[in-house]
Amino acid sequence: MSYAVKNLAQGSRELIAFRIGDQEFCVNIMSVREIRGWTKATGLPHSPSYVMGVINLRGAVLPIIDLSARLGLRRAEPTPRHVIIVAQVKNRVVGLLVEAVSDILTVTDENIQPVPEVSSDLEKQYARGILAIDKRMICLIELDALFPDTESEVA
Amino acid sequence: MDMNEIKEIFFQECEEQLAELESGLLKLNDGDRDPETVNAVFRAVHSIKGGAGAFGLDDLVSFAHVFETTLDCVRSNKLEPTQDVLKVMLRSADVLADLVSASRDGGSVEESRTRGLLKELEALARGEMPTGGGAAEAPKPAPAKAAAPAPVPAAAPAPAPTDESGFQPIPFTFDGFGADEPAEDLSVFEVSFKPRRDLYAKGNEAALLLRDLSRVGEMSINCDMDQLPAFDKMDPEGAYFSWTIQVKTAKSEQDIRTVFEFAEWDCDLDVKVADSSAEELPMVPVPFDLSILDDGTSDADGDDGGAAEAAAQAVAAAETATNVTKMAAAAARVEKKESQAAAAAAAAAANAANAANAANSAGQTIRVDLDRVDRLINLVGELVINQAMLSQSVIENDTTGTSSINMGLEELQQLTREIQDSVMAIRAQPVKPVFQRMSRIVREVADMVGKSIRLVTEGENTEVDKTVIDKLAEPLTHMIRNAVDHGIESPERREAAGKNPEGTVKLTAKHRSGRIVIELSDDGAGINREKVKQKAIDKDLIPADSNLTDEEIDNLIFMPGFSTADKISDISGRGVGMDVVKRSIQALGGRISISSRPGNGSTFTMSLPLTLAVLDGMVVTVAGQTLVVPLTAIVETLQPEASAIHSFGANQRLISIRNSFCPLVDVGRILNFRSIQANPVEGVALLVESEGGGQRALMVDAIQGQRQVVIKSLEANYTHVPGIAAATILGDGRVALILDVDAVVAASRGQSLRQDSGMKADMSLAATG
Repeated sequence: MSYAVKNLAQGSRELIAFRIGDQEFCVNIMSVREIRGWTKATGLPHSPSYVMGVINLRGAVLPIIDLSARLGLRRAEPTPRHVIIVAQVKNRVVGLLVEAVSDILTVTDENIQPVPEVSSDLEKQYARGILAIDKRMICLIELDALFPDTESEVA
Repeated sequence: MDMNEIKEIFFQECEEQLAELESGLLKLNDGDRDPETVNAVFRAVHSIKGGAGAFGLDDLVSFAHVFETTLDCVRSNKLEPTQDVLKVMLRSADVLADLVSASRDGGSVEESRTRGLLKELEALARGEMPTGGGAAEAPKPAPAKAAAPAPVPAAAPAPAPTDESGFQPIPFTFDGFGADEPAEDLSVFEVSFKPRRDLYAKGNEAALLLRDLSRVGEMSINCDMDQLPAFDKMDPEGAYFSWTIQVKTAKSEQDIRTVFEFAEWDCDLDVKVADSSAEELPMVPVPFDLSILDDGTSDADGDDGGAAEAAAQAVAAAETATNVTKMAAAAARVEKKESQAAAAAAAAAANAANAANAANSAGQTIRVDLDRVDRLINLVGELVINQAMLSQSVIENDTTGTSSINMGLEELQQLTREIQDSVMAIRAQPVKPVFQRMSRIVREVADMVGKSIRLVTEGENTEVDKTVIDKLAEPLTHMIRNAVDHGIESPERREAAGKNPEGTVKLTAKHRSGRIVIELSDDGAGINREKVKQKAIDKDLIPADSNLTDEEIDNLIFMPGFSTADKISDISGRGVGMDVVKRSIQALGGRISISSRPGNGSTFTMSLPLTLAVLDGMVVTVAGQTLVVPLTAIVETLQPEASAIHSFGANQRLISIRNSFCPLVDVGRILNFRSIQANPVEGVALLVESEGGGQRALMVDAIQGQRQVVIKSLEANYTHVPGIAAATILGDGRVALILDVDAVVAASRGQSLRQDSGMKADMSLAATG
């Protein structure tokens, strides 16, 4: 039984859906702290390519992750229309750069279909289920899996 | 608040009391004979004892009690606080501190140490005690009895540590203490208890009190209902019943009274021994509403088997005390003077004043979690940045600069700056606790090596950020040990050199140009330069033919792997030397230097930033990025000329500065901001000195200016970034990175900037400038 299904067994759950390129993804709303507009980040030396740098979030230094690049898609070219999802991942707070937030979904576990067998390792690593809503396909991802304890171990 | 939290507070207070105790004893040691100093010392030990009793820390209580008894002899001028006496007391203070930490963290203190000191303390107390006469018919056996048996010492004396001075304890519940006492000590008390209506009005309940009393011992109750009026005349809030209770118990009268502790003012309470057994003498019943204070005195007298006359005297004295105590409630300040006047008659009064004093000072401070302060500091830092951004945008839109918005903004700017300063001041603490810890180390080490050394401290109230204080203790300890062990000569040698056989170590702190300067000097032999140089040559630290100035030789002791002690002693010279000290001082953003005069001693001077939350930095531009370079690292800045740049090897370049060559390090290249080296002539070189010694010229594109920045952690939400020490937020709200100069210099030496090598290949560093 997958992580998401196990957690959702208790009943319905809210998810935040967002768009990257032509794909839609969603994460558990409980891990999302806030959503803010894109501001230029200060680049970090020797960082993985998906780390865009750090920004000032009311006095805290917040690393910005290009989620598109992290998921193995095209690198994002941020515009003022891009948004940053500020999310709590384990005990850290990170900003996830996405193109747009599309929806807030309330789902129960029967809405979530298991991830089909695909060859890509990365998908297996982060995808926790697939939702079919209004003919759209939304992939549920688990943030904890995207950011293991040390950023540098993956890439 | 649970018990552990209260206990934690007790231990925190213990720390303060111990500090107070030590500083008081040191003052006495320096010849201070102010009675207030003696009182402060006494108060400190007493408070520790009182608190420890409440938590059932028996070891602590029994030791503190004996200590207190001896101190009381000093207080009542029966014991002259000579140097020898104070030596014992200082050692006792050390043991007391150890007992406190043993109680907190578990573990134990060597029994032999405690016992030995207890004997010495008792001897002091006994030796000087007058044998008879006077108002003080001293119950001498009490303290001695308290100390002798280690396991059950607190049972009898702790609730009634009253001795001849009339000193009164703060009442604490000692339930269960008497449990192990032998059964034959049972005595019967007759308690008459008549509540007044106020007792019920204040939420007390006679039934509960009686239930508590039943826990003291076997009892039989008689309820007197004669006062009960007819139902139609009865006041529903009135009190009509009274009880007569016979209690058969092994505990003392004090324990019975403790049951009524919170009700005592609202009832008529009479406790007397109905059937005295064994050593307990019948006593003149003391009307309880006098004060809880008296019965302690009379109890002690009962223990002592003293005459009824003595009891009467004690009651009289206590009455005085009670009056004073009552006044204390009304006007603590006036009362203090009053009590001093009455001190000769009743020393207990002074104690009441002390309690009032303690209450006063408690009102002046609050305990705040450090995290909360830090959060506040963060927020204020953010406020400052926000205010700067706001000013910026107003100025851009309002060219005249005279509008009311502008004026308001200026005021806002001043206010925010003031807030920032005040918030920073919250974290600032005097260096006193660290200095005090040092005096103990001096004592211990001097004892160990058989030297006689005095520590003189100055400027203990100099304030500096708490983090700095916390991190200062370790290097300072190391240096003090060094000074005592190596710096100061043996007494014989000092005498031969015509010096005072007693050595002096001086520790001073002062503020100087926004930094704290701490100086540690000794009047020892100074640095033996011949020996130091020879040692450095032996250890291959310097070439044999090197020609060094005196200053350079002195600074050799900071080199890694240097230790001059002929033999490795227990105290210092364990292979970790002054290089460790230097590194920890540098980690705090400080510098350390030494000056030494042969025959006259050496002086170490440390200069440290006042806070670790802000940093003076030079804001520079490198490959379009804004970076901050800590100002402490920068020796000088210069504009390189083409003629001064020399190629060296394949891709190294050196810059000649006043006839010496210094490697050029391109910061942009090291940090991977650009792939090709910048042209040095177009940039600015920052000459830096780093941890491992040696200078490097860091190439940056331009200098934007110099400013104080608030340090923000990168690790909190991200990982450590090689070459970057931390981050900060500049006036425009953007994050700027603070350069880790040591790491960059190390990288330029060919060490990889990355500690973890599991990264992508293109991330690996070309470690050249």
